[in-house]
Amino acid sequence: MYQWDFAVVWSYRWLFVNGLGVTLAFTLAIVVLGLLAGLVSGLARLSSFAPLRWLSQGYVEVFRCTPVLVQLVWFYYALPMLAGIEMTATTAGILALSLYGGAFYSEIVRGGIASIETGQSEAALALGMTPAQSMRRIVLPQALKRMVPPLMNQSIIQLKNTSLVSVLAVPDLLYQGQAAAHDSYRPLEIYTVVAVIYFVVLFPLTLLVNRLERRLARAD
Amino acid sequence: MSEQPMIEVAALSKTFGENTVLRSVDLKVARGEVVALIGPSGSGKSTLLRCLNLLVVPDGGRVRVGELSFAFGSSARLPGTQALAKFRAATGMVFQQFNLFPHMTVLANVMEGPLTVRRMARPAAETLARSLLAKVGLSDKAEQYPSRLSGGQKQRVAIARALAMEPAVMLFDEATSALDPELVGEVLGVMQALAAEGMTMVIVTHEIAFAREVADRVVFLRDGVILEDGPARQVIDSPREAATQAFLSHFHRQREA
Ligand SMILES: Nc1ncnc2c1ncn2[C@@H]1O[C@H](COP(=O)(O)OP(=O)(O)OP(=O)(O)O)[C@@H](O)[C@H]1O
Ligand SMILES: [Mg+2]
Repeated sequence: MYQWDFAVVWSYRWLFVNGLGVTLAFTLAIVVLGLLAGLVSGLARLSSFAPLRWLSQGYVEVFRCTPVLVQLVWFYYALPMLAGIEMTATTAGILALSLYGGAFYSEIVRGGIASIETGQSEAALALGMTPAQSMRRIVLPQALKRMVPPLMNQSIIQLKNTSLVSVLAVPDLLYQGQAAAHDSYRPLEIYTVVAVIYFVVLFPLTLLVNRLERRLARAD
Repeated sequence: MSEQPMIEVAALSKTFGENTVLRSVDLKVARGEVVALIGPSGSGKSTLLRCLNLLVVPDGGRVRVGELSFAFGSSARLPGTQALAKFRAATGMVFQQFNLFPHMTVLANVMEGPLTVRRMARPAAETLARSLLAKVGLSDKAEQYPSRLSGGQKQRVAIARALAMEPAVMLFDEATSALDPELVGEVLGVMQALAAEGMTMVIVTHEIAFAREVADRVVFLRDGVILEDGPARQVIDSPREAATQAFLSHFHRQREA
């Protein structure tokens, strides 16, 4: 029978705190940048200008159809050689994960906008709005409301994906956990605590998404 | 008629894929005239109406409303975004499904055109919107959201929203077809009042009695061709064309069933 000893974990508490800080900061960065990429790409996907649509679709498919770990490694090792630029692990990680998330956000944005009845934009155009005004004033505000739950779900996945940057030695929660595990010879306790920390952060967020989904369902 | 017509459509044609929906349609509507557009389902009534504000872009022909005119065809350049918006701002449209903006209050719905398109100052837009809501009998609903309104109330808001652009003409596409029978009257009442004020109107409708009562002219469309065009009572009471007769008699049977 294994003798659990969580007391040892306490001495590594600052590693966990720092790691969690890096994980959260990373998440914030890739969610914000990813949303930006997703919004641009989602709108481009609905453009009447065909090359923009192709570009957007190409971007989405490339990032959806390759493993995110492969993307991370490619951005860190391959892209700098290709582009002839130095890139820190953090930069490569943020770039890869933002673009990866952006591909999924893009589909959510596209789907959200497409879900608004065409009668809405027709009414807006009939009033004399330009397509851009119709999008900004009428379609997007309604679509955004419907997009919030799936966007939050994707952001939760993004937080989990940050654990992958540990392979590039970015000192996130998992990376610090690995360091603590090696140092203490107590991987079982350490990795259990790492898992619990992720859970404690994410579980309330999923509850929040569920509540939002129910509220929106009632409002419709 | 010495004055030039408010609406003038010439040789208008439209094809969706293989399906030719309008075949060289000519139509003139004088200032202040009310024209009812009737015809079987799929005859192209909605398409013709939507060509009048270019929600549907014709393949060929000419469309003029007021001073603004566009030509279509292989040689003509398609109108740009700004020109289209300007053209549409001068024509009000009311849809069968209301298409109110659900994320805005009734008042905001009516203010939207004046604010976003006409760039009116907010207080002026609000004054205008409130006076139009009073006109359609919905002053007390200004702060409500559309989802709280009955179909008839929604459609009256939609009419107020279109009027807020102070359009030169109003287009109605089966404005009462989605309504419960007991709510049809309140919407027709508003339309009748508008007609009496001298608004130029084109109305696609299945309310034959209303067309007879309110319209100056009735135009019968079938398979994308205008088969009959004349004074409302004459077309409805004693149509010249066999096709119009058949359509109207079918309509009576439907009503009685
Ligand atoms: N956007 C579109 N794309 C393809 N076909 C269309 C489109 N709009 C209309 N049509 C077709 O054009 C024809 C005429 O349609 P339209 O809606 O103008 O008829 P309508 O007279 O208004 O009929 P209803 O009384 O049923 O409303 C129909 O065959 C319809 O399927
Ligand atoms: Mg129709």
